[in-house]
Amino acid sequence: MPSPADQTASGSGTPLARSLGRLDPYWWLVAPLLIVTIGLFLVPLFNILLLSVTDPEPGLQNYERLATASAPMRVFMTTLRICAVTTAIAIVLGYCVAYAMAHLEGMHQRLLLVAVLIPLWVSVLVRAFSWLVLLRDQGPINDWLIGAGLIDEPLKLVRNELGVVIGMVHYLIPYAVLPIYAVMRGLDNRLLFASRSLGAGPATTFFRVYLPLTLPGVFAAMVIVFVFGLGFYVTPAVLGGGRVVMLAESVSVAILQTVRWGYGAAQSVVLLVLTLILIGIMGKTVGLKRGFG
Amino acid sequence: MQARRSPAFWLLITMVWIVVGFLLAPMFITVPISLTPTRFVSMPEGEYSLRHYETVFTGDAWLGPLGDSAMVGIGATLIATFVGGAAAIGLWRLGGRTARIIGVLALMPMIVPPIVTALALSRAWVSLGLFDTVVGVILSHAILGMPFVFMTTSAALEGLDPRIVEAARSLGAGPFRVVRDVIVPNVRAGLITGGLFAFMISWDEIIVTLFVSSRSVFTLPRKIWSDIRDNLDPAVAAVSTLMIVATLVAATLYLARDLLRARSGAAR
Repeated sequence: MPSPADQTASGSGTPLARSLGRLDPYWWLVAPLLIVTIGLFLVPLFNILLLSVTDPEPGLQNYERLATASAPMRVFMTTLRICAVTTAIAIVLGYCVAYAMAHLEGMHQRLLLVAVLIPLWVSVLVRAFSWLVLLRDQGPINDWLIGAGLIDEPLKLVRNELGVVIGMVHYLIPYAVLPIYAVMRGLDNRLLFASRSLGAGPATTFFRVYLPLTLPGVFAAMVIVFVFGLGFYVTPAVLGGGRVVMLAESVSVAILQTVRWGYGAAQSVVLLVLTLILIGIMGKTVGLKRGFG
Repeated sequence: MQARRSPAFWLLITMVWIVVGFLLAPMFITVPISLTPTRFVSMPEGEYSLRHYETVFTGDAWLGPLGDSAMVGIGATLIATFVGGAAAIGLWRLGGRTARIIGVLALMPMIVPPIVTALALSRAWVSLGLFDTVVGVILSHAILGMPFVFMTTSAALEGLDPRIVEAARSLGAGPFRVVRDVIVPNVRAGLITGGLFAFMISWDEIIVTLFVSSRSVFTLPRKIWSDIRDNLDPAVAAVSTLMIVATLVAATLYLARDLLRARSGAAR
């Protein structure tokens, strides 16, 4: 065994020093990330955890309030309900788009891929603004429906849960498409030929062979979309019009308006734990790398 | 395969293009609205005006935030690319269990919900004296962008043969030269893509920004955010239109470059 002092000697030509040198210099490249991630991210995060059990006074009263009071329970249920509905719609539509992308060729496929990727690059605020303008009472959709004589009163499309769901589905569809598409593209098409040649019809082949084989992608997409949805802030705040309060906005109200840091911290700890559990499950079953496309 | 071209398949394709319409169309509502001659948000009827673009390009109301966003975006991109890229290269060389654990750690800022990060950084920046400073906002955006640079660079490194490093070392290159002259040129695409991600994340960031700044640093998303909440101003539509056009131009350039490279690669 070489002594620890030897390990700092690097760069010289002997084989021993060279193999030891591998250990040393590359840690210098990792050091900035370690310092920033631990010092400026994980420690502040831990402080929030601490804050949730020390502010305004030591104890678990912040969590007690979360578990017993009706307002936070309502926020929690609203968040879960909207996330569940949004995830279901985004996954079904995303699966169809991914399927089309995986089975088209050439220009048609490339066009579809670009069309799915473009919204990812457009600001979330711009999208929320667009939907607010489109869906409001005097907006083009209601104008058109009234002009066509289909309705007399404008439909309530925004500043309610419907508006939030529309905006969130719009945001999340690309995130549903990409992991599903990745799995579909990696699929061995000979399995489908085998199924067909053994006498299964198109429907049987799809439901008994294709769908089960693509489920890992579906599962990864579900987790990503749901987790994203849990933390949504801008879309519910703009399209919910203050009437639909989700977890992230509730945290922000606790901090920015009522200035109850401990209570806000406790809510964000709940959000964080929920997120980490879901991502952890995905990491164990599908793998982090595959999940994130 | 026969089933591919069945009527059911074409029905699906039709449905998919309706979904794509749902994805793309809403964003373009900002184009007509930004051209309205009225002071409030409305669809122009026959008459068009560029007054709202004039509002955006004159005075400090919009140009100030634009400058702040550009400065923060560039600073955050540089830090994120340097720190995230260096770590990816270092961990690729080190390998093993510790490297894998650090790799997961590096992804944390991407996984933690933004509102939680916002709270954590807000408290930390206040105690470090970074609250509402350019440095503070740049650092917080850099932290959010780092995981993306780390991921894209790691992905690029996966395709790199480790023996290339051994070869350079045996020819006498020191670790610094190996990284600068051998590894970095080989993963440049990953670094650039990651940097692009980092810039877009900073450019679009609102939640953390709301919590780590107040008045002296006022980014573009923050300006849009306060305008949407106060009243609907057609100037927001003008800014949105400009941002969408910039996005489309960038996407087109990126695709064109990709296409060119694919073509020249095939010719080689």
